[in-house]
Amino acid sequence: MAASAAKAAPKGETARATKTATPKPQRASKTAGRDKASAATSGGLSFSKEQELHAHREMLLIRRFEEKAGQLYGMGLIGGFCHLYIGQEAVVIGMQMAVEPGDQVITGYRDHGHMLACEMDPKGVMAELTGRRGGYSKGKGGSMHMFSVEKQFYGGHGIVGAQVSLGTGLAFANKYKKNGKVSLVYFGDGASNQGQVYESFNMAKLWKLPVVYVIENNKYGMGTSVERASSNTNLSQRGASFDIPGEQVDGMDVRAVKAAGDRAIAHARGGEGPYILEMVTYRYRGHSMSDPAKYRSKDEVQKMRETHDPIEQVRARLIKDGHASEDELKAVDKEVRDIVNAAAEFATNDAEPDPSELWTDILR
Amino acid sequence: MPIEVLMPALSPTMEAGKLAKWLKKEGDAVKSGDVIAEIETDKATMEVEAVDEGVLGKILIEDGSEDVKVNTPIALILADGEDESALEKGGAAPEKAEAQPAPKDETPAETEAKSDGKPASGPAKVESAAANPPAPEALPEPDVPEGTEMVMTTVRDALRDAMQEEMRRDDRVFLMGEEVAEYQGAYKVSQGLLDEFGKERVIDTPITEHGFAGVGVGAALAGLKPIVEFMTFNFAMQAIDQIINSAAKTLYMSGGQMGCSIVFRGANGAAARVAAQHSQDYAAWYSNVPGLTVIAPYTAADAKGLLKAAIRDENTVIFLENEILYGQQFPVPKLDDYVVPIGKAKIARPGKDVTIVAWSIGMTYALKAAEELAKDGIEAEVIDLRTIRPMDTDTIIESVKKTGRIVTVEEGWAQSGVGAEISARVTERAFDWLDAPVIRVSGKDVPMPYAANLEKLALPSVAEVVEAAKAVCYRD
Ligand SMILES: Cc1ncc(C[n+]2csc(CCOP(=O)(O)OP(=O)(O)O)c2C)c(N)n1
Ligand SMILES: [Mg+2]
Repeated sequence: MAASAAKAAPKGETARATKTATPKPQRASKTAGRDKASAATSGGLSFSKEQELHAHREMLLIRRFEEKAGQLYGMGLIGGFCHLYIGQEAVVIGMQMAVEPGDQVITGYRDHGHMLACEMDPKGVMAELTGRRGGYSKGKGGSMHMFSVEKQFYGGHGIVGAQVSLGTGLAFANKYKKNGKVSLVYFGDGASNQGQVYESFNMAKLWKLPVVYVIENNKYGMGTSVERASSNTNLSQRGASFDIPGEQVDGMDVRAVKAAGDRAIAHARGGEGPYILEMVTYRYRGHSMSDPAKYRSKDEVQKMRETHDPIEQVRARLIKDGHASEDELKAVDKEVRDIVNAAAEFATNDAEPDPSELWTDILR
Repeated sequence: MPIEVLMPALSPTMEAGKLAKWLKKEGDAVKSGDVIAEIETDKATMEVEAVDEGVLGKILIEDGSEDVKVNTPIALILADGEDESALEKGGAAPEKAEAQPAPKDETPAETEAKSDGKPASGPAKVESAAANPPAPEALPEPDVPEGTEMVMTTVRDALRDAMQEEMRRDDRVFLMGEEVAEYQGAYKVSQGLLDEFGKERVIDTPITEHGFAGVGVGAALAGLKPIVEFMTFNFAMQAIDQIINSAAKTLYMSGGQMGCSIVFRGANGAAARVAAQHSQDYAAWYSNVPGLTVIAPYTAADAKGLLKAAIRDENTVIFLENEILYGQQFPVPKLDDYVVPIGKAKIARPGKDVTIVAWSIGMTYALKAAEELAKDGIEAEVIDLRTIRPMDTDTIIESVKKTGRIVTVEEGWAQSGVGAEISARVTERAFDWLDAPVIRVSGKDVPMPYAANLEKLALPSVAEVVEAAKAVCYRD
């Protein structure tokens, strides 16, 4: 049973300190994920057993984490805006399987999955959601605003489109420092209409900046479908007038994401400048916790869940290929649920920030 | 041990709801993500999703049960391998597992803080912006005839009514912004307008604030009368160049040939728990700019009457609404054409001992503070400024000449704030009448924090207004 394994984190222990107490067992497979040679060919769409297991577990962690966040919201423990990533897990996990350590990640407010994929501590993320002192921003940022210098995660931004220029600036710094790093900039289909996106595209290409723009096209920006917001719905071609190459990718298939990520990152790291990946994906939940989502049919959501679920796809392959048994996958689910429950436990019992924190961190 | 499914909250403001319908029966298998029931609140119908896997062992709260408190166990789920006998054993201390709230109906996307004004989780905004303050003993508006019927109306509906009436009256008026049409407004302010006026006049824009603000200004230069809605004014920072450089300055730059009759409206200031980038108060920013008119109403009547005036106005009007006020009800005169003049403050509560000036949500603190002060024998005169620019300085000065003391209240920051401006004007024009220095009660000089306890500290409070008023009266 899920919650029974959850252990309260020792009082006063900070989120980062507890990290060592809950090491991720799949670290080795992360390296496997990055090792292109270990992947079989067939159009780059085949994963090794390790890669499949890795992708499965990491996506499941996000799924279970988000379900728990939804639950805590229901209990009034999380307030304000809370945007869940359920359905889109393959995008960030596939991309993280293609990066090198030190590459940067930046995104908007739908950021929990990105943080977990960057190996940020689930306890620290969940405690930020509940506004507690052990959260990544000491409770001052909340769901939309978390950062980690250690993991090179640059947020967590609430203004639609703003992260695109910021992420381009990260790439500018990479080039300036000649550090060989690539910046991954995530934004939505809705955000792809913001003006500063195109100002950034132009500079990125003009200056050959090492940046990969990952457009998470989940078909809706709040209640507006792509068709109602975009004159050309092929978002991968949004860089055409700047000569930025782009591809449309099945963002529900983690293997396709990883393969495209490899191409795009190699392009950027090789000094060729920016690359655009339009990840065709889907969000199962409403835009935020209280979006009734009347702008789409139940059928549409159900169909996606049943036929395209990113986690189910991997799961089915693992079984079919004899890479894992039902029992083994159940054990993974239990392990992941334990981590999530421990995070929730910590985030529920951790203290609110000290009142004096109101006045800190305004200036250095 | 069976897992308890608890009654979930749709938002932190929900306390209880009706268990409308079970979609699974006892004995059905459930897996995470399955919709197991529907619950209703006064505002929305939402689906309850299972988080845990197993078999629905027992339904504890029947279909149709009203007023089920949040966090009440509504069902038990038997985990893998458990059978019904676990229901008996488990009864004592089953595990908690709240179901997922999956909102379904009628609740705006970004309105965790909306309407009923109850505090979000924790004590954020408790006595402050939240609960309905005592009805102000407002002096009647000059143009409301004796005996006019008053209709209790939410600020949300009053704003909608104003737009509807003006769109009926003048076909140059149109509304555009994000989610204003098909979604009926992110905060449901434009409910029904698409139906009545069609998609030529109620226009969903892409998320391109700088662009559509400029399009609006261009259309206004060409003689149309746009209402441009910003989902919140935080996002108008993307567009502020077009608002100031293009809208506010063109009449002057063109030597009076070409004006810009446009309304930029939307929610301004803090909501509840939405953190630093979604909680800013822009009253002072816009009030700094010649060529702009800045309005920030508190009551529904003023929201309606002033929005109608703003739409008719020949100039660029910044109309600052407040998300927490949207759901609050006030009496609105039932008149065919209720227009409140721009630039006139209102004495919301007469008094002789100390003047308190506020506007928009700040009025909730001011009125409650006045109530508290009355208990201590201090009669505060509360002025609802309503229009920030042009500022009705005369009404303030007149009051200060009577009371000799003044406190200003705003949620925005103090430095170069509206309170600072009021203080300067009072010093310039009523220095000799002042018996105490002006005190500004304001939001703290920090970005808005997310944590419930810190957010509460960051906002002004009734206690701070009371304290300030006593201080200028030299009372404790
Ligand atoms: C500049 C700005 N405008 C509007 C908003 C309100 N808003 C928040 S998310 C959102 C929709 C964005 O959709 P998309 O880019 O597709 O991302 P998704 O939510 O689907 O992940 C809107 C309009 C905002 N936060 N910032
Ligand atoms: Mg989207």
